[in-house]
This record gives sequence, C-alpha cells and structure tokens, in this order.
Amino acid sequence: MANRGVLPLWAIMERDLRKYFRSPAILAASLLLPLLQLLIIGYAFGGKIQGVPVALVDLDRGPEAVRLREKFHAVEANAKTFRVRSEESLDEALRLTREGVVGATIVIPEDYSRRVTQGNRPKLGLVLDNTDPFVVTTLTQKMAEILDASNRGDIEPRYLSRVSLEVVEIFPYVEYIQYLLPGIITLATFFCVLIGGGILYIDDKVRGIHEAYLVSPISKLQLLLGMHLAGMLKGAFAGSVVTFVGVLLAGVGDVLTFSTIVLVFGFTLLVSSSFVSLISLLMVRVDDPVVPRVVIGFLNTLLFFPSGAVYPTSSFPNWLQWIAKFDPFTYSVDGFRAVLLKRVGFTAIVDDIVILAAITIVCFSGVLLLFQRRL
Amino acid sequence: MSAIVAEGLQKDFGNFVAVNGVSLRVEEGENFALLGPNGAGKSTFIRMLTTLITPTAGTARVGGHDIRTEADAVRRTIGVVPQPITSDLKLTAAENLDFYAKLYSVPGARRRKLVPELLEWIGLIDWRDKLVGTFSIGMRRRLEIARCLVHGPSIIFLDEPTTGLDPASRISMWEMVSRVKSERTVTVFLTTHYMEEADELCDRIAIFDHGTIVAEGTPSELKSQLPSSEVIEVRFDSPPDGWADSVRALAGVEDIDEEEGLFRVHSNDRSRTLAAVVDAARLRGVAISTIALRDSTLEDVFIHFTGRATRDETGKIRFDARLIER
Repeated sequence: MANRGVLPLWAIMERDLRKYFRSPAILAASLLLPLLQLLIIGYAFGGKIQGVPVALVDLDRGPEAVRLREKFHAVEANAKTFRVRSEESLDEALRLTREGVVGATIVIPEDYSRRVTQGNRPKLGLVLDNTDPFVVTTLTQKMAEILDASNRGDIEPRYLSRVSLEVVEIFPYVEYIQYLLPGIITLATFFCVLIGGGILYIDDKVRGIHEAYLVSPISKLQLLLGMHLAGMLKGAFAGSVVTFVGVLLAGVGDVLTFSTIVLVFGFTLLVSSSFVSLISLLMVRVDDPVVPRVVIGFLNTLLFFPSGAVYPTSSFPNWLQWIAKFDPFTYSVDGFRAVLLKRVGFTAIVDDIVILAAITIVCFSGVLLLFQRRL
Repeated sequence: MSAIVAEGLQKDFGNFVAVNGVSLRVEEGENFALLGPNGAGKSTFIRMLTTLITPTAGTARVGGHDIRTEADAVRRTIGVVPQPITSDLKLTAAENLDFYAKLYSVPGARRRKLVPELLEWIGLIDWRDKLVGTFSIGMRRRLEIARCLVHGPSIIFLDEPTTGLDPASRISMWEMVSRVKSERTVTVFLTTHYMEEADELCDRIAIFDHGTIVAEGTPSELKSQLPSSEVIEVRFDSPPDGWADSVRALAGVEDIDEEEGLFRVHSNDRSRTLAAVVDAARLRGVAISTIALRDSTLEDVFIHFTGRATRDETGKIRFDARLIER
C-alpha cells in the first residue's frame, strides 16, 4: 500500500520551490527576460513610422506643383512621416531609391499644373522601395491623405452626398506595448515552467538525484502532484510579477483593482497549470538534458507566435489558425487581454478557463499514464 | 530470518545480461558486501533489490517483502545510499534530512528532534544551515548516510559509498558504517570494488563478476581457498621468454600469475622462495626493478576466482600504487 497523506507531496513541492527561489539565474531568466521583451518588442513594433527620406522630382514647376510641394513640406514639419529631398534628375532619384538611400521617389510630371487646371486626369508618380512593406503602407496612406485633401478643395460644401463612416471605439486606445502585454505574461509563465520545472527535473534525473526519492515509499500520484503544484506556483509567481510590472510599464497600472488582481492571479494559476502538464507530458520520458534546451526554441516559436500575442490570428492563413486553435497560449493571451485591456470580468473568460482546464486534465492524465515509477 | 533472499535474479538490457540468475541470502544483522570491478553488474543488482528497476526474471524478498509485488513495503523497510551523490545542492543539510523524513511521513515533532540528532551524529551540526552545494564530497556522503536512516530502516543498502572519496574521507566513511552497525540493529548490504573496504566492513562477501557470484564466504573463508597464504610481488626488467615457467619451478612456489609485467608468486615458505627468486634472476642476468612481500588479500582471492585484478575507474591496475606504499 502506498504511503498515505500529503506530507510527501508537500515535501516535493517545498523542495522544488526552494530550489527555484535559490537559483538567481533561473529567476532572472523567467522574470527579466519577458519584461525586456515587452519593452523592446513593444516599443520597436508599436511606434509610428517617421522621417522616411523621400526624393521629390518636380518636372512641372508650375503653380499646382508649388501648392503640392507646400503640402509635402507641411507633412515634413508636422506629422514628420517623411523628409523631402529635392532631386533635379529623375534617373538620380531612382538610383537613390534602388540603393535604399531614400524610401521612395515622388514624381510631379511635366504637364501636372496644366492637367489640374483643365481637370484632365492629373497624375503623380510614386516610385517605392517595396522591400519594406511597412514603409510602403505608411507612405501610400499618407500620399492618399494629401491627395484627398487636395481634391476636396478649400471650401467644404454644405451638403455632402457621399456616405461617411463614424467610428466609435468602445475601449480606450490600445498602444502596441499594451497589446503585447498578455502575450508577454503568458511567455513569462511558460519560461518559468519550462526552465524552473522541466529542465531542473531532467537535470535531477541525469544526476541521479531522483533515484534517492524513488527508493522512498512516495506514490506516483504524490510525486507528480507535488511537482505539478510546485511548477504551477512557480509559473503563477513569474506570471504575476510580470503582470504587475508589465501593466506599469505599459501604462495601464490603473487596471489593478482588487477584483482584477484576484482574477488575474487565479487565471495565471490555471495558465501555469496547463503549461506544467503540457511540458510534463512532453518531457515525461526524456532523459537527455539537451532535449529541453533544444525544445525551448521550438515551443517558443510554435506556441507564442501563432497565439495572437504579437499579431491578430484573423490575419493568419487557415493552417496557422488551426495551430492557434490547439495552442494553450491562444486562450491565455485571450483571457489576459480581456481582463487587462478590455477590463471585463470572469464571465468574459469562461471559455478560456474551460479550455485551459481541459488541457490540464488531459495532459496530466497522460503524464500519470506514461510516468515510470521505476528507472 | 533472512533479511535478503534473492532467487534467480536476472536483468537483461536487450541482448546484454547484466545480472545472470543470481541467488543469495543475507542474514539479519549481517554486514554483506558484493565485491566486484566496475561493470560487473553490482549496481544493477542493488537497484533490483531496492525496487528501482524490475528484474527480467527471478525475484527477491527484502525484509520479508517481495520486490515485485510488495515494492512499497520494501521501500519502507530499507534505507538507500545510491552510487551517485544525490543530496540536493540548493538545500541546506537540515533541509535535505527534513525533506527525506517527510517523504517517509515522519511526523513534525519527531523530525524536529531527529534532524539535529542525525546532524550531530555525523558531525555536521555546525553546518546544518549551510547549502550542501558548499560541502565536500565526503561531507555529502556523510549526510547521505544520515539521510538513509531518517525513517529507522532495518536494512541499509550502500552502493559504492566511498567511490570518489579521498583516503581520509574513505576511512571516515568506514568508521561511520561501523558505528551504524554497532549502534543500530540493521543489516548492511554494500557494493564495492575496494577489496580492503569489503575486508574491513563486512562479515560476509560475495565476489561478483560478469553478472554472477563466483565465490562467497567470510573474508577468512575466501582467503583460505587460495593455494598459499603469502605472496611475493616482483617486477623484472625485460624478463626473457618463458620466465614465468622458470620461476614456477623454483623452490616453494605454489602458483604464479602475471599481469602487465607484475609477477605474483604464491608461496607457503616466503623466505625460501624469495631467496630462490633473487638467485634465479642473478644467475640469468635478469634485473629486478621492484619486489615486495605481503600476506594474501582479497585481491588475490578475486584474481584467483576471476583470473584478473579489479580495476579503478580509469581501468588502470591498482597494484603499482600499493607496492610503492609498501
């Protein structure tokens, strides 16, 4: 008959937690790395594109061309989307575009002013360095705005026949660093579970440390539950620390009311639990300490990026959307986004909770089935 | 009652037979050693007895419990010091003992008394709150001896407990095992490849090689099976072909074996044989580089039964160092 009671289970849990909190390198990796990613990725991807050098070749030099140039200079001075550099020769401007010295060349053709006056389909040329899709999108959009303003004329008519759209945003404006925050909290939890749990366990196995407790009467369930609870608490700790620091860095610190803190901590425990069981299932028969270190890169790519943490899943091709459906990160990111950015309560994340709980149960059952009590 | 009874215990790893149908009996309160070189199958054998691995065939009863069907009862009965150093380096000495006591469900009040007692007993009480990562290997081994006693086992298994220890730590470990034996009612089952360790610590020894027991008995019983009680170890500079046969024919020589240039001449009349060896070498112009006289040891017993010397971790013959010491 197996050893009864919670003491052996408690022993495993207590030991794992002590080892985690006494490993500065693991603490740093599981807490500082995600926060660093939040800052760097959040600000690198989240800002507006500004100051793109643009060559302007004015082959017209008429009054309408002058008005247009004034508008470009207004953008240069205010929105600062681009900086205009006048070029005399079209060939030279195109060379500069090809070589990446400028991001685009705007060409005002010879007959531009005459065609504008005659209303004879005047055209502007925009030659783009299309190797950078972000710059292309921004410049095209800005040029369209400039031309739209030019076409409207100086006096707005009293009655408009065109249909216009009035946009109402139900949540406050979300900056990219805020959009990224749920993914980073998820990543912190995952890193902690993998580095502080999976890798340490396999290292123990390789060093033979687990032999010493396998000869004790601890049952398989006590051992696995002890390791699971320790992993869950470690992951929840990392997730919570990154949440509290992350909301301050992202400028949404006011979201931390008592009820949100309780909800976030509870949800972090569940997210952590699902990751522990998933990783335990992947590592249950692994003996080689190199494996989790290699797997960490694969899992990071396979779980983090398809989850909608950095980009909306609706933009994904079908096959990637299917990966997202089976990815626990997806439900974690969705839950944290609902609580921290939309500031909605428990009912809004019930679906995420059910799916994460199901992942935990299925994976933990698999671990129970596959774990070998003997060597 | 026997503490350990193995019957036809066998372990195969694919086509490799690590332990080949071994049967043995260890009586309660006995100190028993499984003596053999690295790779002989000793650790596999001890891992089967301690329920870490499942035998391919046969079974054993440890403390009266079957290792196959009553593994938990066996685990409650035994204390184990595995071959690898298994103390948690990130825990303190006291935390390590407390952790293992909890694994055996030792109640809190008992643990609070037991842990300092055990630390005192192994001489580490001043180190109780220091991380084990700062300990020497010898200190970790002492801690592991204490650790295997936290639940008061009746049988303790020590798998090569002194491997990797310096000579002083090894002697300290021997003293500790002797103290365990004298102060507690326990059966000690240890594996070792050190002859002197088995000779020093154990009442009975089984010589283990290639997964089987080749000889078994008390140290004196085993030594008595040798053809002689004394050995002359001699190394010659460039001995001529057939030199071993020439030495074998000398007065008083009972037996001779040679390994890597070292001749072990067994004799029951060492003065006469020693003179004969020296004379023979002088007459044939063969220079003697080293020569030593000693009584027969378990090493000779091992060589007698297996035809080779035990080897250390690097596979180097250990005789040379011992000759220099003499």
